[in-house]
Amino acid sequence: MEIVGIPLQALMGQLLLGLVNGSFYAMLSLGLAVIFGLLGIVNFAHGALYMVGAYVAWIGLDLFGINYWFALVLAPLVVGALGMLIERTLLKHLYKIDPIYGLLLTFGLALIAEGVFRYYFGVSGQSYPVPEALQGSTDLGFMVLPNYRAWVVFASLSVCLGTWFVIERTSLGATLRAGTENPALVQAFGINVPLMVMLTYAGGAGLAALAGVLAAPVIQVTPLMGSNLIIVVFAVVVIGGMGSILGSILTGLALGLVEGLTKVFYPEASSIVVFVIMAIVLLIRPAGLFGKER
Amino acid sequence: MPQLNKLSAACTFACAAMLGAAPAAQAQVSGDVIKIGFITDMSGLYADIDGPAGAEAIRMAVADMGGMVAGKKVEVLVADHQNKADVAAAKAREWFDQQGLDMLIGGTNSGTALAMAKVAAEKKKPFLAIGPGSSALTNEQCSPYTIHYAYDTVALAKGTAPAVVKAGGKSWFFLTADYAFGTALQNDATTAVKAAGGSVVGAVRHPLSASDFSSFLLQAQSSKAQILGLANAGGDTINAIKAANEFGVTKTMKLAGLLMFINDVHSLGLKATQGMYLTDSWYWNQSPESRAWAKRFFEKYKRMPSSIQAADYSVTQFYLNAVKAVNTDDGDKVVAQMHASKVNDMYAKGGYVRPDGRMVHDMFLMQVKTPESSTTPWDYYNVVATSKGDDAFTTKAESKCALWK
Amino acid sequence: MDAPADSERLGRIGLWLGLAILVAAPFIGLYPIFMMKALCYAIFACAFNLLLGFTGLLSFGHAAFLGAAAYATGWLVRSAGWPPEIGVLAGTAFAGLLGLGVGLIAIRRQGIYFAMVTLAMAQMVYFVWLQAPFTGGEDGLQGVPRGKLFGLISLQSDIVLYYVVATVFVAVFLFIIRIIHSPYGQVLKAIRENEPRAVSLGYDVDRYKLLAFVLSTALAGLGGSMKTLVLGFATLNDAHWSLSGEVILMTLLGGMGTFAGPVIGAFTIIGLQDFLADSAGSWVTVIIGVIFVVCVVAFRRGFVGELLAWQKRRQSSALSNSKDARP
Repeated sequence: MEIVGIPLQALMGQLLLGLVNGSFYAMLSLGLAVIFGLLGIVNFAHGALYMVGAYVAWIGLDLFGINYWFALVLAPLVVGALGMLIERTLLKHLYKIDPIYGLLLTFGLALIAEGVFRYYFGVSGQSYPVPEALQGSTDLGFMVLPNYRAWVVFASLSVCLGTWFVIERTSLGATLRAGTENPALVQAFGINVPLMVMLTYAGGAGLAALAGVLAAPVIQVTPLMGSNLIIVVFAVVVIGGMGSILGSILTGLALGLVEGLTKVFYPEASSIVVFVIMAIVLLIRPAGLFGKER
Repeated sequence: MPQLNKLSAACTFACAAMLGAAPAAQAQVSGDVIKIGFITDMSGLYADIDGPAGAEAIRMAVADMGGMVAGKKVEVLVADHQNKADVAAAKAREWFDQQGLDMLIGGTNSGTALAMAKVAAEKKKPFLAIGPGSSALTNEQCSPYTIHYAYDTVALAKGTAPAVVKAGGKSWFFLTADYAFGTALQNDATTAVKAAGGSVVGAVRHPLSASDFSSFLLQAQSSKAQILGLANAGGDTINAIKAANEFGVTKTMKLAGLLMFINDVHSLGLKATQGMYLTDSWYWNQSPESRAWAKRFFEKYKRMPSSIQAADYSVTQFYLNAVKAVNTDDGDKVVAQMHASKVNDMYAKGGYVRPDGRMVHDMFLMQVKTPESSTTPWDYYNVVATSKGDDAFTTKAESKCALWK
Repeated sequence: MDAPADSERLGRIGLWLGLAILVAAPFIGLYPIFMMKALCYAIFACAFNLLLGFTGLLSFGHAAFLGAAAYATGWLVRSAGWPPEIGVLAGTAFAGLLGLGVGLIAIRRQGIYFAMVTLAMAQMVYFVWLQAPFTGGEDGLQGVPRGKLFGLISLQSDIVLYYVVATVFVAVFLFIIRIIHSPYGQVLKAIRENEPRAVSLGYDVDRYKLLAFVLSTALAGLGGSMKTLVLGFATLNDAHWSLSGEVILMTLLGGMGTFAGPVIGAFTIIGLQDFLADSAGSWVTVIIGVIFVVCVVAFRRGFVGELLAWQKRRQSSALSNSKDARP
């Protein structure tokens, strides 16, 4: 059976792959959305944090023999601590002024991280092996799906749903959201708002690092892996609505699917289809699909 | 306040004076020194296959000749073009104008090489292109001062395709990076495949620096071709190979890397690359001389040299020998001498320079060894076939160079 | 009053001094190619500053316009054989037209969203350049001849071309000063300070912003066109988003909303890249990143901005001293 000249089986295969990529985008844009939604910072360093997370996993394996499963926990912690440091020393000066400056600062941080890692690790990249338990693939009939990719979908979606639930449906999340809307009032209730803000940035950074560890067995761990991805992830967050967590999750998934389809019909354009969509969405719904104008 | 801005305008130009004076301060005449310039990508995508180690190879070549030729000292200038043609061309100009540069060696990135070739032609000095692959350097943009020394896209395609077809890989599917270089590779390879009696059943073009190749590989697999030709380079090639292994493409198709260096194989490991075909101009293990030189390189860098780094060494000595023969560093005389000389060293045997600027030498088809058959570190290739120089590159009939009619 | 007259005199001296250095540059040992390259980027930065510093709009895709003009001029001069001055004008006009198209779409949004729309559009334009055969893809559009200005003066000589570029630069610099000091410029500054109030005062804010955008993109294109003539080629780097980031840094470092700031910033960054190419290429990215961070945290007003603030402090302390001096 064929749809628009492409056999149904092939199409399904592409859509499934698109879903795999989409869950990746969802996870990455989640961290970005958390940071923007709760802190108002456009975190251009997100790609760099993702890259650092992957490198923590690789260094952990190469030098200390720390396996993948530990790295899944270790990398977010390490990068989260780095995030805390960044927030405490640099970002906190910028909350009261034009958000452009936060963007430029994190842009500078991304350049520093990329340059330093490039100096020490070169650009060819390092190979990170797929963990034993997830090796091999499953024949689904219309295509062969590597087990690891299935795991990526599962892990990303769980984390995304979990984070969304915490922020939107628990009292901790409510406190977080209140704290960024009206810090003075929340502080009057005895809640340490600066600490909360710092932990939120660290949390976002940790999410990026987690995505990095998930990505390491799939693509080469290189210092450039973040900068290749960052503007696409930005576009996802903008389309979804810059403050909306649900928006970025759904948009990430949807973008994965749309990209998958584009790769079938007009593959060269698959890297810019997200920008076309972004331009269109911003014209029709300026705050993004799920966003609220800040 | 506009008045104060004008004060700062003065400061501006003072700063500019200081910054601009820096290169001027070192202006000298070339009279007693032979200056060799090397501009390449030192820190970006291609830094490992050429980069700082390539600069070191050049310095080794100078040192091996005693540091002096024709009674003059030899000096090597090195710069990083950061993959920007602007920086490369400006630096080249500055060196020619202010430093009395006598010869320029071009590193990786074809865009920068084309720009530098034009500058060198304007200044009537030799430009020896090692790193770039664009065959335009000896076709549409050929110049009497450009010598394209190591490899080009035509040689890569002609080296790999016919031999693979002969070995049984008749049907091809191309995975091509969507930019001029990838397209050139695909076109040259397609011509070579068809000429050898094979067929191209399809192709898919992926955006440059795509991180995920799964869907393109799926399309490749469903084409049922025997060979997957990778018309891309660097990180794209590496990611594509990784994904090909993951999705089991390597079980049903053989991979042919149209532009691959030993650093790529090292980075991926033999498990992922075993059985792959690729064409290269030089392999460290190909002869006793190459082994001896590679050992010296390895001692310094703890990795084996790529063919580009070996070519850096070879071309430096080629140039200096030409200078020695005509006893001057005058651009026109040395270029004429190089056109009349042969290359016989650890890099190439029986190489010579054609009127279109192409240095013609043998190219080798390699197949990557299996992990079991690799006995020593960096023992990665079996040399499967040799393309004789005259067959390996663009022929006179195909040439678009006005200097070679 | 003495203080302003003093600073006005100082300022005038500064302007003449700057002009003198510019005119004498080739003869006092400043390398013309470097100066020309820096002047072209200075034009680019000044154009960008018109939009960011004076109108308050951050465009994330400004390199697209520089690249557009660079390619247009390059192709017209090389393949269509047009004379250089017409080629440059055409390139500038092309960039302005492209700016009109992008501006019409982007102007309706503000702040971060405006920046993101410009980024998206710039990426799409970049994609077009990547695909279009006439640009030569990543090999670039090479071999653009310099030709003869007005059919009479050959531009082959670096020195002659330098004076042409310097003249164009001075013209652009003065033009921008003129714009900002005009009533139109005052409205732009009002929009930057408080857009809702400007709207409430009855100004058609969108049209003012659009005009500023088109002017900015056209002038950015002028920088690109001249650069093509100077270096003889146009490449994808001219339209890449990293250049968009660099011009933001040039403006920030030099001083947003000042006249000379972007010029200083451009010279500094270009000088840095050139200087570091010889020694530590891989550290260029790190150093640029560090400069970004330092600027944002501690040096937000940039060189010229800090200079102005220092002058103001000195003036006000001088004034208060003179006030206290009265019995």
